[in-house]
Amino acid sequence: MIRETTLRSRVFDITLLVVLLLIAFLCILPLWYTLAVSLSEKSAAAAGKVWLWPVGFNFNSYQQIIGDRSFFNSFWISIQRVVLGATITFVVTTMMAYPLSRSPREFRMRNVFMWILVFTLLFNGGLIPWYMTVKAIGLYDTIWALVLGGGVPVFNVILIVNYFRNLPKELDEAALVDGAGPWRMLVTIYVPLAVPVLATVTLFTIVYHWNEFFHGLVLTSGQDHYPLQTLIQQFVVVIDASNMTEDQYKRMNELSNQTLNAAKIFIAMLPVLIVYPFLQRFFIHGITLGSVKE
Amino acid sequence: MRNRSFIKHYYIMLLPGFVWLLFISIIPMFGIAIAFQDFNPGQGIWKSTWIGLENFEYMFSLNDTKTIFFNTVNIAVMKIAGNLIVPLIFAIMLNELRLMVVKRWVQTIVYLPHFLSWVILSGILLDVFSYTGPVNGLLNILGIEPVLFFARADLFPFIVVGSDVWKEFGFNTIIYLAALTGISPSLYEAASIDGATRMRRIWHVTLPGLRTTIVLLAVLSLGNVLNAGFDQIFNLYNPLLYSTGDIIDTWVYREGLLNMQYGLATAVGLLKSVVSFVLIIVSYLLASKFANYRIF
Repeated sequence: MIRETTLRSRVFDITLLVVLLLIAFLCILPLWYTLAVSLSEKSAAAAGKVWLWPVGFNFNSYQQIIGDRSFFNSFWISIQRVVLGATITFVVTTMMAYPLSRSPREFRMRNVFMWILVFTLLFNGGLIPWYMTVKAIGLYDTIWALVLGGGVPVFNVILIVNYFRNLPKELDEAALVDGAGPWRMLVTIYVPLAVPVLATVTLFTIVYHWNEFFHGLVLTSGQDHYPLQTLIQQFVVVIDASNMTEDQYKRMNELSNQTLNAAKIFIAMLPVLIVYPFLQRFFIHGITLGSVKE
Repeated sequence: MRNRSFIKHYYIMLLPGFVWLLFISIIPMFGIAIAFQDFNPGQGIWKSTWIGLENFEYMFSLNDTKTIFFNTVNIAVMKIAGNLIVPLIFAIMLNELRLMVVKRWVQTIVYLPHFLSWVILSGILLDVFSYTGPVNGLLNILGIEPVLFFARADLFPFIVVGSDVWKEFGFNTIIYLAALTGISPSLYEAASIDGATRMRRIWHVTLPGLRTTIVLLAVLSLGNVLNAGFDQIFNLYNPLLYSTGDIIDTWVYREGLLNMQYGLATAVGLLKSVVSFVLIIVSYLLASKFANYRIF
């Protein structure tokens, strides 16, 4: 790189550093603020006295959550959803990707299936038909509605297909010579080699299932079956301001239990924050793995 | 022949995935028939009366329709612009930084908001911008009257776009950063020898080097012009904000699922799907023509 030592360049460097650090700080700030509020006195939070540090440090809201059965119930539902969702998605998408990665010479219908897959990316029937279909299948109010409701993650399949296609043909030939069938090839050769892309895709799936709230809202019969994000959405975020005047809206703001809400939000964030360092190692490299290289 | 027996196995491998796809993605496509019916859940799709384009005529006569389409395009276009420009500037700034340690930490931190859900972020935003929250506290210190942010329809689109850009800019810089590594260092050196300052090097070397990427991203985002962000807006809005914040998806949800206007909501959804379909095809064609972009 070019090394400049002029004053002008140094000033540029320092300004750049400060600006970038400020931006990074800005990204952390709302999360930090939430943590501070969750550890503060309820009245101080409502009065707007909390900035970056808890006022009246206490664990009350967290203690309240521990006693909250519905919170843990929803937490558990979310965990189930993530585990089932990640496993099923992993198995199904990997299995799908293998035949689709074969050349049309080896698998004549390959292009047809690929186009069907891509078509679902381009067009969908809309919310109402989707909702009615899922209900009609009988998935309503089951964990499977949450796990399967989002449909096949087509982008992920395409990423894996491209990765498989970029693996050397010599592998195929060597395996064939040794008498391996497609299942053997998939499981013993392709999957182990595709670990980077599969890990990336699975981690994204995990985050998706953890964060998803809408399916939990419309495909369950009530609070007892809500995943965590839906529960938080209904009790922390939803403000039924349908008939309120501005003044009533103001009052309602003042009355809400900010510290408890902040604590719930923070706990819901925690799994993502914990998984994040591991995620980060993979995804930057992993995103480019599924690209088309010609 | 080996291959013939393999093909049976290929079909077995495809089976679970395509069954899943069939039920969740393909069968609902046929549900667009509801848009042309006076749909009655009791009678189902086979027995409800066919009314042709009546739902569409009704849709165009509603005032709501104009509002939601305008809001959707308005917010979506602002988001597209913000999500193209801000990550670009940030990526260039990051690229100019030479302290690797800081660079890596900053990247780690700015990628984070992308992985948080809008439920979480809305909870935080509603608190931060609340009447007694820090933002109003700051305004107070500056001597400005506190603003009831989430009751102001005029401010809402900006809060929506701003928070979305805040959430996504870090993640979106990844593509730009990858593209930046593709610019040959010798170009920078040549420019420097010719007397170019930092800013000039950025203008004449970095930006042209990114031109393909920028154009590609811009073209691909065409398909999203009708996706203003259901999750985010659903969590942030309230009836006071409908005039500027109600988008196609939120309207379809309320009128379709909550108010059970199935035919009408499906009609609106169908219109959105068709327009998006055309836009996406156009954008992919443009992208593959001008930037050799392929997905498979």
